[in-house]
Amino acid sequence: MTCLVDLFRPAIGFAAVKLLEEAGCTVEVPPLQVCCGQPAYNSGDRATTRAIAAQVIDAFEGYDAVVAPSGSCGGMLSHHYPGLFDDPVQKARAENLASRSYELMSFLVDVLGVTKVAAQYDGRVTYHDSCSGLRELGVKQQPRRLLASVGGLKLSEMESPEVCCGFGGTFCVKYPEISNAMVGEKSADIAATGADTLLAGDLGCLMNMAGKLQREGSAVRVRHVAEVLAGMGDQAAIGEPEGKR
Amino acid sequence: MQSTARDFKDNAHAALVDPNLQDSLAKLKVGFSERRRQAAERLPEFEALRDRARDIKNHALANLDFYLEEFERKVTALGGHVHWAPSAEDARRIIGELCRSMGARTVAKSKSMVAEEIALNEHLEALGIAPIETDLGEYIIQLRHEPPSHIIAPAVHLTKDQVADTFLEHHRKLGFTRRLTERNDLVAEARYVLRQKFLDADVGLTGANFLVAETGSSMLVTNEGNADLSNTLPRMHIVLASIEKVIPTLEDAAVLLRVLARSATGQESSAYTTLNTGPRRPGDLDGPEHYHVVILDNGRSAVLGTEMQDMLRCIRCGACMNHCPVYGAIGGHAYGWVYPGPIGAVLTPQLIGVEEAGNLPNASTFCGRCESVCPVRIPLPSLMRHWREREFERHLTPRAVRQGLALWSFLARRPRLYRRLTGLANRMLALFGRAQGRYRTLPLAGGWTRFRDFPAPPPGGTFHAQWRGRRS
Ligand code: SF4
Repeated sequence: MTCLVDLFRPAIGFAAVKLLEEAGCTVEVPPLQVCCGQPAYNSGDRATTRAIAAQVIDAFEGYDAVVAPSGSCGGMLSHHYPGLFDDPVQKARAENLASRSYELMSFLVDVLGVTKVAAQYDGRVTYHDSCSGLRELGVKQQPRRLLASVGGLKLSEMESPEVCCGFGGTFCVKYPEISNAMVGEKSADIAATGADTLLAGDLGCLMNMAGKLQREGSAVRVRHVAEVLAGMGDQAAIGEPEGKR
Repeated sequence: MQSTARDFKDNAHAALVDPNLQDSLAKLKVGFSERRRQAAERLPEFEALRDRARDIKNHALANLDFYLEEFERKVTALGGHVHWAPSAEDARRIIGELCRSMGARTVAKSKSMVAEEIALNEHLEALGIAPIETDLGEYIIQLRHEPPSHIIAPAVHLTKDQVADTFLEHHRKLGFTRRLTERNDLVAEARYVLRQKFLDADVGLTGANFLVAETGSSMLVTNEGNADLSNTLPRMHIVLASIEKVIPTLEDAAVLLRVLARSATGQESSAYTTLNTGPRRPGDLDGPEHYHVVILDNGRSAVLGTEMQDMLRCIRCGACMNHCPVYGAIGGHAYGWVYPGPIGAVLTPQLIGVEEAGNLPNASTFCGRCESVCPVRIPLPSLMRHWREREFERHLTPRAVRQGLALWSFLARRPRLYRRLTGLANRMLALFGRAQGRYRTLPLAGGWTRFRDFPAPPPGGTFHAQWRGRRS
């Protein structure tokens, strides 16, 4: 479970569990997992990253697959962990974990072969491709394929769904003005589609875009794609008070 | 060139509020990337060519001393001279002396980023030699006393109106008193003004895209043909290039050219590809009497054999900046030195020091778009991360970041404590944000809430708390 989902939007976690269980998986959430280490990794603190990665490797020992509802956390485990270790034993363990780690959409479609879901969502949605999922893990068609099976849902692509939203982890607070310019462009791109809902696969990006849209007074609702696919699209959207639909 | 990379944040602010710049950037963002995409699509083997281009450059870098010496042998055999410049200052001195040996008063230059790197124009002017830029973009920014903002399109930050005003201001004294508004008229006027200067120049100076070891040729691509005037008309031709430009063979050059033009502008090939192989031989119709190649190191050889070596594969196509959302927001000048964009963020700390340029590799979301388009597959985000690691090791990371990180990593290594604290934070944020569902301001989160609302978590506890509740 990613730290952001744990802290800010547990519904995404439950949606992911539901989708995995419906596809026939037995899901466990190891209680001693914490962060995957990206904040330290991307700030140049390799020693801390290595310590955290070792902890994550321990926590996920013995599972067939490790699935995260996030491309950036999934990519961290599957693409960046092995490079952290020089020690051959730890490196081998990291490689083993990497080979079992997946982003949720790609796991459902590419590994489990899921082609449709039984969900309903009445609305016009647009989908933002989060950077790590897209460019590190090749997540592009998988969510769209599943969304196509959602009843009542219409997808309107924005002009540049593959351009970064400006979140970038600590980037958005280290360089707030540049980040703001980037997310401002994104929100204009979203508005131009006429969609009433924005979906993506990473909560960091979603919080960034939701925060910007709401600051601008936009009525676009923002959700994680898993919530809609799991038929949980009727809960309050990100940044909306409970009871408001 | 004097660096302002230290002032990156201020530079970026100025760029974000400059309407002319924002206008120009809006065009650049769609134009270049769309043309590259189409060019790549039209060539089925494009991805395979990128692999070959990467391998060629890797091979050349692994045997750099051999190919550089081979190149020197060939040039010498042709009657030319190779000069080795360990530092920028050495390069300036060598070029200054060469110009003096010809009694030069003017030097016709075609675009060269290495010349910018060593601040050649200032040096020549100090010697009383006038550098004449023959590339249109370079000419425009020379008139405006500005550095280039892009490695292949130096004046891309300017609107057509700004160029019109600049020409009117500078060409009036030459009798051009009408303010031009059409692109073609502007080009024609510049051509007219520049042509005579080409003819008068004593020395021609060009950069090089590649130095071909096999033949001793330097290879240069342009879209204006201006380089051909810089290297055939004057009596002396000086080529200025950095060490990593050397490649083994002409066949290798052919592969690299195919990915270069497509990545840069979406063209199949640039309009002019020029090979210079030594001075004029008996019987040649034209060409310079004297031919010199100045090869600059300036800190590059220090990255050979390190985790940073990949940066030397760069063929300066500009694709990484054309696709970079940060460059697209702030343009090239904000980076504060010669090389902007992702490659600048990697190269600049090496060339002028990470103390000076530390912001550059940090100002990236690691979105990876640069790496996905780089024709020689340089892992730009990883290289930026390596810089961050070196900064961290040397305690250059800003204090607030270090302290936040230390606290966070303390907690992240104590899962039970972490769980208790996040549970508390979750409940507080949910409680106080309940009515609105979000925050307009939040203590310690000013960087976020200055421009964005911060979503509050819904009531009910963290995922882990709820999960425990459900499963027990
Ligand atoms: S780093 Fe790659 S994309 Fe950027 S200029 Fe160099 S070759 Fe082109």
